[in-house]
Amino acid sequence: MGGEEERRPKLIQGNEACAEGAIAAGCRFYAGYPITPSSEIAEVLSYRLPAVGGTFIQMEDEIASLGAVIGASLAGVKAMTATSGPGFSLMQEHIGFACMAEVPCVIVNVMRGGPSTGLPTSPSQGDVQQARWGTHGDHPIIALTPWSVRECFELTVRAFNLSEKYRTPVILLMDEVVGHMRENVVLPDPSSLEIFDRVKPSVPPEWYIPYEDTSFGVPPMAPFGEGYRYHVTGLTHDVRGFPTLREDEIEPFMARLFRKIWSHLDDIQTWDTFQMEDADICIVAYGSVARAAKRAVLEAREKGKKVGLVRLITIWPFCRRAIEEALKGCKVFLVPEMNMGQISREVKRVVRGRGEVLTVSKALGRLLTPNEILEPILEESR
Amino acid sequence: MNEERRLIYHYLRHDKKFPHVWCPGCGNGIVLGSLIRTVHALGLSKDEVVLVSGIGCAGRLPVYVDFNTLHTTHGRALTFATGIKLAKPHLKVIVIMGDGDATAIGGNHLIHAARRNVDLTAIIVNNNIYGMTGGQSSPTTPHGLRASTSPYGHAEHAFDIARLVEAAGASLVARGTIYHVNLLDKLFQRAMEKVGFAVVEVISHCPTHFGKLNFLGDAVESMRWMAEHAVAVERAKKMRPEELQGKFRIGVLVDRDMPDYQSEYEKVRKRAMEGVPYRIDPQEISKMLESHQIY
Repeated sequence: MGGEEERRPKLIQGNEACAEGAIAAGCRFYAGYPITPSSEIAEVLSYRLPAVGGTFIQMEDEIASLGAVIGASLAGVKAMTATSGPGFSLMQEHIGFACMAEVPCVIVNVMRGGPSTGLPTSPSQGDVQQARWGTHGDHPIIALTPWSVRECFELTVRAFNLSEKYRTPVILLMDEVVGHMRENVVLPDPSSLEIFDRVKPSVPPEWYIPYEDTSFGVPPMAPFGEGYRYHVTGLTHDVRGFPTLREDEIEPFMARLFRKIWSHLDDIQTWDTFQMEDADICIVAYGSVARAAKRAVLEAREKGKKVGLVRLITIWPFCRRAIEEALKGCKVFLVPEMNMGQISREVKRVVRGRGEVLTVSKALGRLLTPNEILEPILEESR
Repeated sequence: MNEERRLIYHYLRHDKKFPHVWCPGCGNGIVLGSLIRTVHALGLSKDEVVLVSGIGCAGRLPVYVDFNTLHTTHGRALTFATGIKLAKPHLKVIVIMGDGDATAIGGNHLIHAARRNVDLTAIIVNNNIYGMTGGQSSPTTPHGLRASTSPYGHAEHAFDIARLVEAAGASLVARGTIYHVNLLDKLFQRAMEKVGFAVVEVISHCPTHFGKLNFLGDAVESMRWMAEHAVAVERAKKMRPEELQGKFRIGVLVDRDMPDYQSEYEKVRKRAMEGVPYRIDPQEISKMLESHQIY
């Protein structure tokens, strides 16, 4: 990266932009397993990573891929994997491990139609709730949803920053359209990017308590091999990392696991608004569907309807405040999704009867059209 | 004895993690002792050793030792270890697994780690059963014997772990027992010194479940069985097949020099960094195809 060559507009895919974002964020380890529609991320990184001194490895399956990623991260190297639907299902156990052991890593899921093998080359947003609840046990999670090629780059960088800052797996939820779509983009100058690296312990090894609570909620993380010998386990553990069954140790641990995310929502949650200033109807959309929704807003405005768009960028933790703010002016919400209504239930949960929540839920393996989004709006205000 | 005590104090997390979880008579303590003596004998620093495990009785072993220790998910220890080793090649990564862990749920990772020849030491403690969950049959439970999920006799046939990993491409394959402790120390040493994927299968026992269900007696009796049935590889070479009937070989079974994954990937990095497109001489192509061994 760097130099004039890189600053010129390039016609690239979302998947390619994601891979370049990873390199720019300092990712130097990728382990993955081929699966459509995410394969280009692996292909680009198999070419790019060794050239920057990093490591690319194609593992025997997706379980192994995330295992290797977590191992590399524990050794102090920023690491990522990318997959789609079925592979994402296989990764769930290790997402839980990364939550429990607080290992930073980025998991890209380029969503395709499901369940099961589903619609391998077609877009979907069917894994939104799986990203939240896919692994067993209670845990917070961060997931981001890009809507453009440039944002694939930016949110990959952001995913790494958040994972390093909060010692948590971060899921980048792309969809097939965003992943395969080509746009002419100028990628940001890597030197202009804000890159966050995990905080290492500043105390001598004998004082280091690997899972000690801090005011920020995130304990410093020592890489393996640098003198801070400690235990990492998927078992519920005490502040030293040792397995525990004691209530007085389990409770503060679980509380901190949640607090480190929930007390930093200002930093983690982002959303975008479009023509919301005077809107009385609010479309809530994310990913490629938000592109069609934006078009629907413009067309509705032409017809004299005061429609605005809230585009979710952070999809987990769910941006409650985005909806609360929209509620000040809007009594009607419309949630178009390429699934059977996974985020609309979150919107309903926040709206709680203070407005009407309409849905356009289509899991047809194709992008929603502006007309399909517009239709219920025109009917509603008829 | 003093030396032994000094080692215990130096290597064990004596201030926190004891008593351990293992049953009386369990072989895991013997494996742990052998492992510590080997690390000590090789002069490895505690900081450079990473001990990785999966889930099960053997999976609990790392927590007791003062290395960089990682207790992963069931069957996946080798995948985490692969990531650590590739990210930080100077670390000595040792993986400890049980038979169910390594060859059932982790069987795929075992053969692929062997095929890639990742520079790892893999210790597989084989007690023919799932101990922690209550004595269910594993891929190494012998045909016809009992397990808590094979009450009418085990219908399946067992894996030969050593032959499995040999076929998959491991650089070094060895087998020892918890009875032949001096040999075990030597095998661990050979495995840790080997560059490439080195596997030591440790024949152990589970007096609590496998032993009880199959009337094998207590720990001492099953160790006596090991003493009577194990044959050193050197001696086995001089024995006739009928003499070897019912016995198993212990020692270094396979030791071959092959480039490990790390050194092969270093070549990839070099090519990538030079930025020259990778071209293969047509004659090399046919040689590469021929070296692809299919029997």
